[in-house]
Amino acid sequence: MALAIALFLITVVAVLFQFLSPWWLTPLASNWRQMDDTLTITLVVTGIFFVGINLFLVYVLLRYRHRKGRRAAYEPVNRKLERWLLLGTTLAIVLLLAPGLFVYAEYLKTPRDALVVEVLGQQWQWRYRFPGQDHKLGQTDTRFITSDNPFGIDPADPNGQGNILIDNNELHLPINRPVKMLLRSRDVLHDFFVPPFRARMNMVPGMVTTFWFTPTKAGRYEVVCAQLCGIGHSNMRGYVVVEDDASFASWLKTQPTFAQTMAKNGAGGDALATQGKLLAQAKGCIACHTVDGNAGVGPTWKGLYGKTETMADGSTALVDEAYLKAFIRNPTARVVKGYAPIMPKIDLTDQEVAELIAYIKANASAGQPGTATQKPGV
Amino acid sequence: MYANLSPLHEPRSFLTKYVWCQDHKVIAIQYSLTAIAVGVIGVVLSNLMRLQLGFPGRFAFIDANHYYQFVTMHGMIMVIYLLTALFLGGFGNYLIPLMIGARDMVFPYLNMMSYWVYQLAVWVLIASFFVPGGPTGAGWTLYPPQAILPGTPGVEWGIVLMLVSLAIFIVATTMGGLNYVTTVLQARTEGMTLMRMPLTVWGIFVATILALLAFPALLVSAIMMLLDRLLQTSFFMPSVVSMGAQLQHNGGSPLLFQHLFWFFGHPEVYIVALPAFGIVSDLISVHARKSIFGYRNMVWAIVAIGGLSLVVWAHHMYVAGMNPYFGFFFATTTLIIAVPTAIKVYNWLLTLWRGDLHLTVPMLFAIGFISTFVIGGLTGLFLGNVSVDIPLSNTYFVVAHFHMVMGVSPILVVFGGLYHWYPKITGRMLNDGLGKFHFWVTFVGTYAIYFPMHYLGVLGMPRRYYAYDNYQFIPASAQTLNAAITVVAILVGLAQLVFLFNLAWSLFKGRRAGANPWRAASLEWQTPDTPPVHGNWGATLPIVYRGAYAYSVPGAAQDFVPQNAPPDAAFDEPGDIRQSVKGTQT
Repeated sequence: MALAIALFLITVVAVLFQFLSPWWLTPLASNWRQMDDTLTITLVVTGIFFVGINLFLVYVLLRYRHRKGRRAAYEPVNRKLERWLLLGTTLAIVLLLAPGLFVYAEYLKTPRDALVVEVLGQQWQWRYRFPGQDHKLGQTDTRFITSDNPFGIDPADPNGQGNILIDNNELHLPINRPVKMLLRSRDVLHDFFVPPFRARMNMVPGMVTTFWFTPTKAGRYEVVCAQLCGIGHSNMRGYVVVEDDASFASWLKTQPTFAQTMAKNGAGGDALATQGKLLAQAKGCIACHTVDGNAGVGPTWKGLYGKTETMADGSTALVDEAYLKAFIRNPTARVVKGYAPIMPKIDLTDQEVAELIAYIKANASAGQPGTATQKPGV
Repeated sequence: MYANLSPLHEPRSFLTKYVWCQDHKVIAIQYSLTAIAVGVIGVVLSNLMRLQLGFPGRFAFIDANHYYQFVTMHGMIMVIYLLTALFLGGFGNYLIPLMIGARDMVFPYLNMMSYWVYQLAVWVLIASFFVPGGPTGAGWTLYPPQAILPGTPGVEWGIVLMLVSLAIFIVATTMGGLNYVTTVLQARTEGMTLMRMPLTVWGIFVATILALLAFPALLVSAIMMLLDRLLQTSFFMPSVVSMGAQLQHNGGSPLLFQHLFWFFGHPEVYIVALPAFGIVSDLISVHARKSIFGYRNMVWAIVAIGGLSLVVWAHHMYVAGMNPYFGFFFATTTLIIAVPTAIKVYNWLLTLWRGDLHLTVPMLFAIGFISTFVIGGLTGLFLGNVSVDIPLSNTYFVVAHFHMVMGVSPILVVFGGLYHWYPKITGRMLNDGLGKFHFWVTFVGTYAIYFPMHYLGVLGMPRRYYAYDNYQFIPASAQTLNAAITVVAILVGLAQLVFLFNLAWSLFKGRRAGANPWRAASLEWQTPDTPPVHGNWGATLPIVYRGAYAYSVPGAAQDFVPQNAPPDAAFDEPGDIRQSVKGTQT
């Protein structure tokens, strides 16, 4: 009896939950309405089975519960009934599968005029690359990767010179134009996922994967990494800004080309801090330490220099050059309160330590402004 | 006939009776207790991980490293070291010889070896908690390159021990598996045709064949990854720049690992599910006092699911970057597998229909299983259908789906099975009140944990995140829900202590069971002694006259006819059961 009531309540609550729960798809911002539609079809068909089977259980529990003197029917087989059930189920499965496969066929048909964008994943950050005027992306190889050339573009490939490089986590895209995403990774698996776009794909080192979509709603969207990529996985943040053609074009114009960045780096760098920034990227420091004030695995560098830190043992310490130097040289000797002693010891020359400290110092007050906020559900 | 030989490995001392024992029943208990012990670790790990998700940052010792280690070890322990070991090594060992009327497994020494090798695998696994760097935090799927590169916890020793432990485990499974298959094929007693075997045996039999076919894929991937990690080979490692350092690897394929892993991983789902299907069929039939509906189709469904499970693996990889045209093939095979699975569900329901339902504790768990399995199976239709899967993959929808279908559902069957066969194993009943309490907390609790999780997944919340700070698309209410889920998860975890207490307490204080407390027809309840002694059947082996589901047969004196009851004794009028009824109803 109790089980019948419980199953009945579970069914009712489940149906109510479907209609009342505040958690559902983010509002769609791409062309993939069909994916939402197949989801709805699947939900309705499976929902009917879920409710039907549970209510059948309720009925059976109420009607055929053991009572004194009761004896079960003897019916080891009923071919006809079994045949009908088989037929009905097969039909339902075909109904589910067919629309799904049609949508998938669309997903594989990238429009010819699609804008090509490359996303490069790395523990734990995103970078983006657009082809230059000639619509060609330069060849890449991991052996070309340096702190000056994080994309690993072949310096000898003329197609790479005009490539436009976005060396930060924010990508801009024009609205209502199909985009073909080319996905690469430098180190481990990642997955470029913007929930309101629905479309997505893993990024696999050693190969280029791809998918396409058309952004249909202007706004600023969060990128999440959806394939476990190590301890910084949940902090691998990115943004996609969808805007009108004019804004996009003017944004793109301000971004440097590969040739420009190489020329600038070749000039030797104007300060220790610039070197420090590159070093922080190359050594992976920025995976755990942000410069925008957001919490990471380790303390943010924004405003770190000159601050007084509380240590795990309750003591306090002023963050100055001596402190930073000692900490980088022996990261687990002291632990800042609230953080785990997980910082690896990295072999650095004195010059390199000085560069890093210069970069941390440069972030003492200025830094970049914190990431702009985005309304929930956008 | 082999089966008629008297056993040659009669235990003579404490050591050979309880430790180096070759009796399948003792080995089954050894397997089960070890599996339950690691299972307890698995539950504790899941609760620790839930603490971080429910109350992020509140528990300082759960940093990102520990979190991923808990996630990884929880998954691996539950899937491999608990469920696989318990269903095949535990239930399989105990039930196969008793249900088919054999004196023991056909290779008793190999059987003993299988257990001790399994135990070694468990110790190697446990050891990884105590090595520098701790256990691996690569996720139970151990995807390279991440599993063997810095940035992942346990890259020093944890991953090495994990892979070694898996390899050892597979040795144990292979020894056990060959034994179970051979026993089913060679040691059935007179009259026990394949189509008279209980569905429990069918489920375990087909699952074992799957294990023998699928585990080698995991073995080779474990060995290759070990070589990549220790000798810098490049089976799975392309050229990468890890943490700013250029590595020497070149030319390997991370996707190859995923194909090998899931070639094992998907049959693994059915290695766990098929024994559960079989056991639950028996529980339902016994406690509904009704012949299982459509036995023949139930058998063919098990065989069909087993066969199909070998050609669906890449549905775990729709967005992995494989050739996208694979998606059409694997979506189709995956949805086809829903048909035999649905047949099983219908036949369970039709067995209950017009039955005489005794809502005993095993029956509660069996019916609970139908409900959780239905929701887990139906959500599989979302994920199996490639274009529906794209937005859902790697979100909490996946977590909810596989926990419902291959976590909660098989575990409910494990509990139902333990409540059902405990009287045969020990001679005493488990306490009913404690059992009901255990059922209600576990059943309602797991629904409360996993049902809402589907919705977080539809929202787009990625799984395997240490924290969800500052993600604007995730509303604050999701955190409230996560906190609630954590509270329920801890309660469900604690309720398992009641079950463990019941297991121990009833051993000494439980009501005496008698030989056949559930009035069941299958052979294991017809042993001359309870608990069965070494050799199981006394002087002569039983002779089987009918299938295992002769319940409420018209014309029979009782509402069940044991498999070994001679036709004349069982019926008022003599005659074969099939002649006397022919599918008609009363």
